[in-house]
Amino acid sequence: MELLEGEREEIVSEVGNITEKYQPEREKLLPVLQEVQGRLGYLPVLAMEKIAEFLRIPTIDVYGMATFYNQFRLNPPGDHQIKVCMGTACYMVGGQIAMDSFERRLEIQEGETTPDRKFSLERVACVGCCTLAPVVVVDDIVEGHVTPTRVDGLLLAYDGEGRVPAESARQVEAGQQDEQQSEQEGEGEQHS
Amino acid sequence: MYEKHVLICAGTGCISSGAIEVQDALEAELKKHNMQNKVRIIMSGCHGFCEKGPLFIVFPEDIFYCEITAEDVPELVEEHLIKGNIVDRLLYLDPTTGQRVTSHEDILFYSKQNRLVLRNCGVIDPENIDEYILRGGYLGLKRALTMDPFDVVGEVKKSGLRGRGGAGFSTGMKWEFAFNSQNNKKYVVCNADEGDPGAFMDRSVLEGDPHAVLEGILIAGQAIGSDEAYVYVRAEYPLAIRRLRTAIEQAEEYGMIGENILNSGFNFKVNIKEGAGAFVCGEETALLASIEGERGMPRPRPPFPAVKGLWGKPTCINNVETLANVPLILRRGADWFSSVGTEGSKGTKIFALTGKVNNTGLCEVAMGITIREIVFDIGGGIREGKKYKAVQIGGPSGGCMPESHLDLPVDFDSLTAAGAMMGSGGMVVMDEETCMVDLARYFLAFTQNESCGKCTPCREGTKRMLETLERITQGKGQEGDIELLEKIATTVKDSSLCGLGQTAPNPVLTTVRYFKDEYEAHIFDRRCPAGQCKELLTYYIDEELCTGCRACKKVCPADAIEGEKKEPHVIIQEKCIACGACLDRCKFDAVKTK
Repeated sequence: MELLEGEREEIVSEVGNITEKYQPEREKLLPVLQEVQGRLGYLPVLAMEKIAEFLRIPTIDVYGMATFYNQFRLNPPGDHQIKVCMGTACYMVGGQIAMDSFERRLEIQEGETTPDRKFSLERVACVGCCTLAPVVVVDDIVEGHVTPTRVDGLLLAYDGEGRVPAESARQVEAGQQDEQQSEQEGEGEQHS
Repeated sequence: MYEKHVLICAGTGCISSGAIEVQDALEAELKKHNMQNKVRIIMSGCHGFCEKGPLFIVFPEDIFYCEITAEDVPELVEEHLIKGNIVDRLLYLDPTTGQRVTSHEDILFYSKQNRLVLRNCGVIDPENIDEYILRGGYLGLKRALTMDPFDVVGEVKKSGLRGRGGAGFSTGMKWEFAFNSQNNKKYVVCNADEGDPGAFMDRSVLEGDPHAVLEGILIAGQAIGSDEAYVYVRAEYPLAIRRLRTAIEQAEEYGMIGENILNSGFNFKVNIKEGAGAFVCGEETALLASIEGERGMPRPRPPFPAVKGLWGKPTCINNVETLANVPLILRRGADWFSSVGTEGSKGTKIFALTGKVNNTGLCEVAMGITIREIVFDIGGGIREGKKYKAVQIGGPSGGCMPESHLDLPVDFDSLTAAGAMMGSGGMVVMDEETCMVDLARYFLAFTQNESCGKCTPCREGTKRMLETLERITQGKGQEGDIELLEKIATTVKDSSLCGLGQTAPNPVLTTVRYFKDEYEAHIFDRRCPAGQCKELLTYYIDEELCTGCRACKKVCPADAIEGEKKEPHVIIQEKCIACGACLDRCKFDAVKTK
């Protein structure tokens, strides 16, 4: 992902501020990575290079650590982070279908962020809400029973400025269904 | 003085179904009627019956309402809390009898259970230590502190408690090894890195009864002679982490954690370590490496952590559910504990029952109960009257048990003998529409992705098995693939370094063993009997049932559906991407797959 204007400088200065608090020891790698991600929201390549320089270790070691743990992300998070649950229960009742639908609608692959940085999409192993499967977590809100049609409803509801509460997402979706229902009912009348 | 107590479930499941909205509505409604001082609202931990959430229970009469929305609250307040009439339409509807049920004890989902570890979950306010103490909390610790540490170890050993995290090793023996290790510094580690997809009992215990886990940790610390503990908990469980933090603060305030606990001279400190997300960290040596700030990779044992663990010091690692059992053993005695369960497996086990059953949720049962009782009594049978196919027990390390094994008693040894394992207790029920080959592929994809790559059998073996399974589900299977899978699986099982690799082939081996015909149908007939494998699947519209409402046409992302309004539609196979959107949208069940 291309860095936006001014981001280079921000990354260099943030990493510098964080690393100066630590001794350059290998065992500090994990906390440094966690803190950098905490500040920047992700681990850009440039930041990993700077960290490697500071600890005097190969960049590949930093990259290895960052890719070993699922917590770390290599792309900037979107304004809204979509996490599709791929636990067993979710997978069985259409988790992959939900993931496919998000990928198709957002035109990105899992692990990526839309070019306008509005949405990022990732998979999670299990959020422990198996009874509501398939589950999607948008920001911190758990959305249950996510069918392909709900995917559209969710994206519509979150596609504004700032965060939209779950309730309105449901309303958008319910609205869609009403529309469909009334259309069907209308046609039923015509038949009779 | 409160006249009524309303328990609203505030587990993660119920919150996402709208429990907070219900709470807000109830608070507003009580205020309107000026009843804030008469009715007490308790936001409780998980009741396990997440399927029917949000749950709303009125005490002292114990009336169980389910699937409550904010709109139902005024009626509940007006009718029940003011006039004392039960609101019939909001009670649980028994699917087998068609009757409304008033008390949760009469619901089969609960009546078949034996809730020992979950005794407080959904009953107490997990953020209030007083409620835990009122229900006998910290009595186990108090008793342990008056005993010789060696006798505490002996008591746990005598109880027959086995580790609930997977392999089922004797907890008492683990403690004994740590007890016997001579060192001035020892650690207790609580493994709350619940990474099994489809299992959430540890989360529920931490969210619903965090003090029970803390008490277990403290007892373990006193028994093995440790003064410091780490709780390694998944960062994906923010509510559990928050409640645990609150519990630690309260316990410190009450003198249960800190210096000279309960005037016994015992000092103890509890730290929380947030996991960075790696399934292999459920493996004890990998978990220790992760706490130390390294990549979470396992190392060969021996030396076992009880001898050489965290930072080289003797360390006792137990899982959340195991530790939550400990206070009960100390309070009520080893003999009482071992009276529940079977010969080799004592006590109860919590299962996360999910998949295609009517009642999904968390259930705690005595060891030795049959799969049939769990699926058909507690679970209420298969959804939509479909046929039972198998139950997957133990997550990515477990196996699939077919219909012929329905009467298998659920305990450590029977499950292992049948090719599955207890694992952490995920139980996913499958009906005729689940493809067993695809399920094996799913689990392999998971373990392959989570394999740390240190030892060759696991790194390469899971990869090759996954490739083979992918080929089969794509309709490109060849003769000999089944034998190849079995050969690699056996090798990986026998030669991997840690539990992840040793158990990763289980889903493959059990599905080959019990559902070979499905593999053969994929390989030789290029057909998926369950109608799940995308590449072997065609969507079509039943002309008889299609009303031409255009709903599917509108929703199709690939413009693959054609047809005039009010005329039957057709799916253009060349364009169809098999996304399932039309199937989901159709109100007339006219979209079908073959």
